[in-house]
Formats: sequence, C-alpha cells, structure tokens
Amino acid sequence: MNHKYRTPLSIARGLGSSKDGLGHWWKQRLTSVALVPLVVWFVVSMIALAGQDRAQVLSWLHSPFHAVIFSLFLIVSLYHANLGLQKIYEDYVQARWLQLSSSFATHFAAVLLGFAGVFALLKQAFGG
Amino acid sequence: MPMTMNERPLSPHLQIYKVELPMMLSGLHRITGIALSVGSLLLVAWIESAVYSAEAFATLSRFLGSFIGQLMLLGWTFSLVYHSISGIRHLIWDTGGLLEVKQIHSSGKIVLVVTIVLTVLAWILGGGFPGGAL
Repeated sequence: MNHKYRTPLSIARGLGSSKDGLGHWWKQRLTSVALVPLVVWFVVSMIALAGQDRAQVLSWLHSPFHAVIFSLFLIVSLYHANLGLQKIYEDYVQARWLQLSSSFATHFAAVLLGFAGVFALLKQAFGG
Repeated sequence: MPMTMNERPLSPHLQIYKVELPMMLSGLHRITGIALSVGSLLLVAWIESAVYSAEAFATLSRFLGSFIGQLMLLGWTFSLVYHSISGIRHLIWDTGGLLEVKQIHSSGKIVLVVTIVLTVLAWILGGGFPGGAL
C-alpha cells in the first residue's frame, strides 16, 4: 500500500478504511456469476411467454421448476441491483441525508419487491 | 488540512477529457443497471397482476402492447442484454484477463456488436413491435 495517499491517523491505525468494501465487491461478483445462467433462463422464458394470455402464463408459473428458478432470479437480481444502487448513491449523492434516505428506501424497496414477488410465485405454484 | 490530502489522485475532468468508447461503455453499464432496477418494478407488477387480477393483467398487457410500452420493453431488453454481456467482460477483467488497452477497445466493440445482435434476435423471437403481439 502506498502511504502517500493515506492520512497519518489511518497509517497509525493500520486498519484500512474499516468499512465493507471487500464484502460488497465479493457479493457483487457472486451474484453476477449466479445471474449469468439465470438471465439466460429468464430471457428464453420471456420470449416463450410473449404474447401468451393470462391462463397460459399462470399454467407456466404452476410448474415447480419455473417457480423456483423465477424466485431465485428475482431474489438474486434484486440483491444485485440493491448492491449496485448503493454504490451509485455513495458515488454521486453529495448530501448525507439524501444519500442515507436513498439507501434506506432502496433497501426497503428491494426487500418488499422480493417478498411480494416470491409470495405471488409460491401462491401460484401451490395451487393458485 | 494535512498535506497528505493534497496528493490524492483525481478523476479525469469529463468536460476536457476526450470521449472514448471504453468510458462510454462504462457509463452505459451503470445507466443500464439503473434502468434494470427500475424495470424490476415492472417485472414484479407483471407477476402480481398475473397471479392476483385478470383486470390488472389485461391493463398491463395493453400498456405493454402500446407504442410507449413496446419502446420501454425494447429499452429493457437492450439494457438486460448489454448489462449481462458487459458484466461478463467485467468478470473476465476480474480474473486479470483482457486488461491491455488494445484489448479493452476491441472487447468493447465486441460487447456492443453482440448486444445489438442478441437484442434484435430476442425482439424478433419475442414477436415485438410490428404486430405489437404483446
């Protein structure tokens, strides 16, 4: 580590920034790798479902395989989106109050969308 | 302020920096990421309406079949394909590969071409636009 860019206090502590940069980076890669096959599945499925009516969509969602993979896709992509949006707030939002409230709102929205989406998928999978 | 703070590296000043493909693609990766985050609202709305309400599903389908809806779906398709292909390029970079300046330029062009081909292909296979099948 080049000490030129660190404050004397941070050198004395020797702890780095003591935030969660590596953990964030690692989770972003983990979800990226998981999303590669999930996105392929999603795009193929959406092409198959395009132009179908509601009854056909519902019978497609009734399959346990589709329900499980769709739930996974939803959870992993919302988690990944949340990670990315948090970095964008950190990078571009100057006002601390706005950065924090955007951060909280996005966390809450991601969890709400995930729960609502998965609940609906499971409801349909377990028999409508 | 302590002296050490003055020597920190600065980001390039965008106003006087020559615009090049890799920096545009980097920005596009973030923009498509934001677009996909917003798109997740639409995806969950689609699931909810399919499961809970025939009326809401019909309304949403009509909207998606309209010109604005189709334009949004095309943008969504492009964003998903671009962010995925560009994301794979990022994962390759993480392994230490393709980091030479020449490779960054050539892989960027490949990402753009592959994205356009796959977006058009997905759009044709999904039956979008001309008939407004959705």
